[in-house]
Amino acid sequence: MTILVIAEHDNSTLKGATLNTVTAASQMGDEIHLLVAGYNCASVTEAAASVAGVSKVLVADNAAYEHQLAENMGKLVTELGKGYSHIVAPATTTGKNFMPRVAALLDVAQISDIITVESENSFQRPIYAGNAIATVESLDAIKVITVRGTAFEPASVEGGSASVESISNIHNDETSSFISAEIAESDRPELTAAKVVISGGRGMGNGENFAMLENIADKLGAAVGASRAAVDAGFVPNDMQVGQTGKIVAPELYIAVGISGAIQHLAGMKDSKVIVAINKDEEAPIFSVADYGLVADLFDAVPELEQKL
Amino acid sequence: MKILVTVKRVIDYNVKVRVKSDNTNVDLANVKMALNPFCEIAVEEAVRLKEAGTASEVVVVSVGPKACQEQIRTALALGADRGIQIETEDMPESLNVAKLLAKVVAEEQPDLVIMGKQAIDSDNNQTGQMLAALTDMPQGTFAYKVNVEGEKAVVTCEVDGGLQTVALKLPAIVTTDLRLNEPRYAALPNIMKAKRKPLPVKTPEELGVELKEHTKLLKVTPPAERSGGIKVFSVDELVEKLKNEAKVL
Repeated sequence: MTILVIAEHDNSTLKGATLNTVTAASQMGDEIHLLVAGYNCASVTEAAASVAGVSKVLVADNAAYEHQLAENMGKLVTELGKGYSHIVAPATTTGKNFMPRVAALLDVAQISDIITVESENSFQRPIYAGNAIATVESLDAIKVITVRGTAFEPASVEGGSASVESISNIHNDETSSFISAEIAESDRPELTAAKVVISGGRGMGNGENFAMLENIADKLGAAVGASRAAVDAGFVPNDMQVGQTGKIVAPELYIAVGISGAIQHLAGMKDSKVIVAINKDEEAPIFSVADYGLVADLFDAVPELEQKL
Repeated sequence: MKILVTVKRVIDYNVKVRVKSDNTNVDLANVKMALNPFCEIAVEEAVRLKEAGTASEVVVVSVGPKACQEQIRTALALGADRGIQIETEDMPESLNVAKLLAKVVAEEQPDLVIMGKQAIDSDNNQTGQMLAALTDMPQGTFAYKVNVEGEKAVVTCEVDGGLQTVALKLPAIVTTDLRLNEPRYAALPNIMKAKRKPLPVKTPEELGVELKEHTKLLKVTPPAERSGGIKVFSVDELVEKLKNEAKVL
């Protein structure tokens, strides 16, 4: 059985979510092909070819795929995917955008956001915001699957020596066009890939106070996140949100500062290995999931923590 | 311009779900049900486009057992003009729902279809994109902002790194994210008025759609419980524990 994995990238670097997805795919079958669809994406192709476990890289390098719009990706992946047993992509906003189109065009179901591979045709996935885990069996000949990256270890970026095959199929749907993107630039690691995440909640009081968390983040090589309450209050932008409706993270260490621990937030971080909570309200629900809870005023504790790290 | 909005009846988002003891599914007996929050945002967006004079009619459709008429009535009370129920015994899988909706799109010929990005029960996040593929329409998913400009919808979408804006030639499909708008509450007179708005019922047979089984639910289990840890009493103790006990620093 051969698995087609769709690479997540920005035309210059291969995104980490691809590596977790390759690991998930390796549990479904023995041969893995990686599709890189983009524009001027030679460096991504090179990185893809050296990922451990990948035997072939398919490259569709054309302006039509520059922004990986769902309309074009859907048709391309449907066409290429017909010979595979599984078509697998990371459950990122890009994967979530085009993969259901592939499933519909192939007349098969999509199994979304899987967290374990039970067998080649059965998978576990969270439902009801992670309050229940469903084990689902696919009855389709081709399985279309998106993978929750944090549930799988990343495949090694070295050790592979895949062959590279150029794909000339071009789908350029004129009903949809890219206008602009506002992507936050940061030297810190991406939230979903960081080994340490420090997040602030409503208790931070305002956006300026997040500088305290950024100082700690810089010391620990951490990413900075936020609860929905902090985002809704306008302290920080939406792409920093950790939770059911934001990003799902599972770092080695998660530090929740001034976050009460609404179910919606817990759904996004409760699979972290070690959780620390700093909150002045000792009744806050975040303490029920924290390995280490410190009941303290964050405006005292956070500067002290920075100093002592 | 005509807008079609889809709605789903789901467990109320405030209710904590419990898994049945035989692990066949979650227990929905005597649980409060409501309009899926993302669908509510979809209804609000459509009604605002009508209030702004951009849209002339808002049609709301739901797939499911008779009880989902309650959610259609809610949408009608929020300002939609008429409803359609597609009656099924259980809740069909996403692809089946998308096929049923594709038939409604073919009949109604809407210029814009607005849907929630996902339902908070199955968390699939796929019906909108599937409908877009089946009807060969462009899509703007996880919408943060929607502007209808002539023959186009300009949609700003929430993506992992920030925001992305796309222009879609109408007819198009938009799926809503949380920040698109804040839905209103239905006023009592509108709730009364909604009872008199048309709500025909159709069946999959009438629409010529055969419901197929693509997946089988083998079991549903509660997630692994995370046991609470300990309280530390100072920053020093915290740093010490993280270094020597958890070994994460």
